[in-house]
Amino acid sequence: MNNTTILPETIYTPESQMRSPGLLLRAMVSDIKASRELSWRLFVRDLSAQYRQSVFGVLWAFVPPIITSIIFIILQSRNIVNFGETDIPYPVFVLVGTILWQLFTESLNAPLKSVTASKAVLVKINFPREALIISAVYLIMFNLAIKLIVLAVIFIVFQVPLTWGMLLAPVAIIMLMLLGIALGLLITPLGMLYTDVTTALPVILSLWFFLTPVVYPPPDVFPYSFVAMLNPVSPLLVAARDLLTKGEITNVVSFLLVSLFTIVTLFVAWVLYRVSLPIIIERMSA
Amino acid sequence: MTDTLVNVENVSKKFCRNLKRSLWYGVKDVGTEMIGRGSERTELRAQEFWAVKDVSFQLKRGETLGLIGHNGAGKTTMLRMLNGLIKPDTGRIVVRGRIQALIALGAGFNPVLTGRENIYVNASVLGIPKAEIDRRFDQIVDFSGIEEFIDTPVQSYSSGMTVRLGFSIAAHLEPDILLVDEVLAVGDLAFKTKCQVRIQELRDTGVAIILVSHNLHTISHVCSRAITFEKGHVLYDGDTERAIDVYRNSLIKANKGLEDSLRAGTGEIKIQRLEILDEYEGIQEECGVGDYVKLRVHYEALEPVVNPVFNVTMHVLNSHQVTGIRTDVDGVELGTLEGTGHVDIVIPNLNLLPNIYTMDAVIFHSDGFTFYDRVNKAANLRVTGGLQVNGTAYLPHVWANEAGGNGRIPPITSPQPELAQIETVK
Repeated sequence: MNNTTILPETIYTPESQMRSPGLLLRAMVSDIKASRELSWRLFVRDLSAQYRQSVFGVLWAFVPPIITSIIFIILQSRNIVNFGETDIPYPVFVLVGTILWQLFTESLNAPLKSVTASKAVLVKINFPREALIISAVYLIMFNLAIKLIVLAVIFIVFQVPLTWGMLLAPVAIIMLMLLGIALGLLITPLGMLYTDVTTALPVILSLWFFLTPVVYPPPDVFPYSFVAMLNPVSPLLVAARDLLTKGEITNVVSFLLVSLFTIVTLFVAWVLYRVSLPIIIERMSA
Repeated sequence: MTDTLVNVENVSKKFCRNLKRSLWYGVKDVGTEMIGRGSERTELRAQEFWAVKDVSFQLKRGETLGLIGHNGAGKTTMLRMLNGLIKPDTGRIVVRGRIQALIALGAGFNPVLTGRENIYVNASVLGIPKAEIDRRFDQIVDFSGIEEFIDTPVQSYSSGMTVRLGFSIAAHLEPDILLVDEVLAVGDLAFKTKCQVRIQELRDTGVAIILVSHNLHTISHVCSRAITFEKGHVLYDGDTERAIDVYRNSLIKANKGLEDSLRAGTGEIKIQRLEILDEYEGIQEECGVGDYVKLRVHYEALEPVVNPVFNVTMHVLNSHQVTGIRTDVDGVELGTLEGTGHVDIVIPNLNLLPNIYTMDAVIFHSDGFTFYDRVNKAANLRVTGGLQVNGTAYLPHVWANEAGGNGRIPPITSPQPELAQIETVK
């Protein structure tokens, strides 16, 4: 081989990657590029495998939020619970809420789930690790798309008026998903080392569900309003729901603040994910 | 200098023996790494040990380097560091060019998907673009030899088929450096040969190869150079045959002495030791191909034992059995044995090729099945000689050709080997 081209050089040292941020950033960008095709392949793999072994297929994407909604619609209509008045029909309100909440929990669970499922490959083959996360995002978006179709049907049934503002809804929806991914990435390193994380997640999420205005309108009474303010999911979920159903956004400031928080967290979590994987891989198969 | 593709300088790696602690260290290491304080870690924390210690070597284009050593000597850890899966704790690794690993064959296969679909996924994980796979698809399927099952879900493949498919995909990579870890140990002989040929093809195109294998024949066949690892250190780096020799020596060292843990039997008669003697009854540890060898099993009968069956088996060190010699098979009856004594097996021509052989001695009841006593690795014998051929047996032979019949080459030992004899001395 008369290869005269200059070969790319890779250097491995014990030094922390954080010491050379420029190099780290460049590697992150190039890995994102390198994982475009792979992440799509992984997505197609997961999707086809998922549906090939299932009879009801896509049904599972929207049955759970519909069931949750029905429960709360019944509870509300029988006056077993009273969440007060909502400015759109309660069934629409609660269905949009649960779909958005499910989007958040799916996003939160996705990174750890995806990485754990690929453990066998991770410990043996070096490929851009970002691909696992990106393929998980594709899967989430696919599931979301199915749910949005169901939502459209509900909108028609309840004659929700269409507005131009609805076109802004994807921004809020994507932000909500990114928050889930960011938090999910943040717990991934710990979750790969200790199974406690996977065990604790459903418990925390079921509590979190009630702390978030999913099935009830955002509270304005202290201390509930304060709790809702501390909860980063609330502003995003409320904004997304308002945009989807009314085409307007009422909490611009808190939405922007949480969006900023989401972007920063996502970046930190991404760095953490990259930097921690070699250390974790060594522990998983030592 | 531009020909050096891999440069490993004083690289060390430590692992932790205890899982709980290891996980906790993991959390701490991620922490120090994140705040940017991680650097050379030369101190061992509690329960840690060096899996690789101060290893340095270089690899040039077109070289094939074998890594040999006991289990846990650090070979695989070294490969994983080269592959960038884990970080070294000290030192520095510079890799020039595209590195790829023939390690996890079929890792990432989804059992529900078909072989065809999995080829695309697996190749993608290995970093081969789709266009490239399209182009080579037929070649890959052809190489794997499982055309009929290519549209069948991988879960109905046998493990051999899975590995075949995995190898076929990985073998069509075009790296600058190829890491191979024990993958040649799977599959049937025909496929193994195919794999070896493929590796040699890659080598001939200038790919630098690092090969880890316990099969010393493969190493000596494929590698131009070898490194012997022991407990994380480099024991020897250089000529392949010499490296194998160093490895065998270290195996013998680890192998010395009776292994009492594997000792078993009813114990009425016990094996004291197994001696390997030469023609003059001197103890020998080494002999040449075709030499006279006498195996002497010393026994001690605690009570009279009627017609015990003596059995000595010979293995290639750490590997397959070469042969077994038994009194009952040979129709020899030893009568009643009492007290101490020995039984000899005379082998006039030990027609084994150079290697290290290890022997197990067993005394059975007269049923030829129940153990009185068995000693694994009772003795080692190193056979030396200039015959660098693969295999185990030397068959005394004569060459001839049709033309003149003058092509006779004298065999290196007497052409009339006598049958093995078993002698008893009470």
